[in-house]
Amino acid sequence: MAQHQVNYASAAGLPIALTSVDKLVNWGRSNSLWPLTYGLACCAIEMMASGGARYDFDRMGTIFRASPRQADVMILAGTLSKKHAEFARRLYDQMTEPKWVISMGSCANTGGMFNTYATVQGVDRIIPVDIYLPGCAPRPETLQYALMMLQKKIRRESANMNNNTKQNLRLV
Amino acid sequence: MRKYVPKDNVQGKSYYTDRYWVAPRVPRMEVEADSHFADVLKALGKLSKESYVEIGQLVVHIDATTNVEVMTVLKETCGYTQCSEQSAVDYLAKDGEFELFYQLLNITEAKRVRVVCRIKKGEAIESITSLYHSANFAEREMFDMFGIKVNNHPFLKRILMPDDWEGHPLLKTYPMIGDEFASWYEVDKIFGKEYRDVIGPENRDPARIDRYDTKRFSRVGYEVPFDADISDGEKEQAIEYSETLLVDYTTSSKTLDERR
Repeated sequence: MAQHQVNYASAAGLPIALTSVDKLVNWGRSNSLWPLTYGLACCAIEMMASGGARYDFDRMGTIFRASPRQADVMILAGTLSKKHAEFARRLYDQMTEPKWVISMGSCANTGGMFNTYATVQGVDRIIPVDIYLPGCAPRPETLQYALMMLQKKIRRESANMNNNTKQNLRLV
Repeated sequence: MRKYVPKDNVQGKSYYTDRYWVAPRVPRMEVEADSHFADVLKALGKLSKESYVEIGQLVVHIDATTNVEVMTVLKETCGYTQCSEQSAVDYLAKDGEFELFYQLLNITEAKRVRVVCRIKKGEAIESITSLYHSANFAEREMFDMFGIKVNNHPFLKRILMPDDWEGHPLLKTYPMIGDEFASWYEVDKIFGKEYRDVIGPENRDPARIDRYDTKRFSRVGYEVPFDADISDGEKEQAIEYSETLLVDYTTSSKTLDERR
């Protein structure tokens, strides 16, 4: 029994049950993160290796999905060109909430060595990013670690995504 | 002593040039009589303005208006059945002209010919797609990168850059990191121009550290809350060290070796 006094009249009378729902929902969400099968450049090779038998993302409940409607993580693996930026954003918009984004590799983080007219200088210019993953290209272990960090992050946040203010780039 | 050269912006430009550096030139040889290339030149006749052999390749300078005629002779008579590359070189600053080149290959003779011609800015060139299908994409790329129009091309459209792109990136006058249109392209396209202020200009220096950005950078020696506005100066706080680090060795009886 709770030793402290609980005010059952506040917060719709359900102060304890809500935190439990949060935990349950986040447990479910974080243990079945389904990334979009979406490779942009050489980082995608490492991403594919991560999904393969040797590194085996499946054991973490992570299975690549070929449709944005079924995915809830977008791994931007590689150089995003300006021509392709609108399509990347469209795929992100097509994903259902809740959704998270991992920016994989130097090119996706900052444009990397492609300091040119044709490369988006960091995908966070068009898509809100949760995890930045350094490396050129990052090893599959690094991607795996990023995914575990994302799981940690999901377990911390409220299950009600409307309260989350992270998607500051979302258009109303 | 070596002459002092200002070293501002050394990463942006090369400030050191060797005084004794001479750019190597590929030797240009005469076309040998009774060789395969001599037959090619004979077939071309007056169409060839200037010709020489460079690294085993015949280079033929022609008039830009006769390019289809020259290609027809080379393909039909001389057996140059492949056009492996076609593009242009920007000499606008030097001569006000583009240099166009066609790389041709004869498989049976294992010989290559480069056909070179020059056009002024704004002039168009006749397409050779009717002779070589491989020139289709090459001519589109030339149009995309240099803005050179190609007459009678079946589908003259940008091939690498988006259709609504402004400017031709391979021109020497085009900045490497893009003009204003290029730097805002994806923002304008996805969010609209009014979002330029929200998203901000591109950061072309990935190593930049913004001392007032409390979202991405932590301050050493200052405890600043996440995402706090410190643009008008942050409150100074004394650095607190862990007590285990505060061993006063000057008054301690231990010697240096014992400490280790």
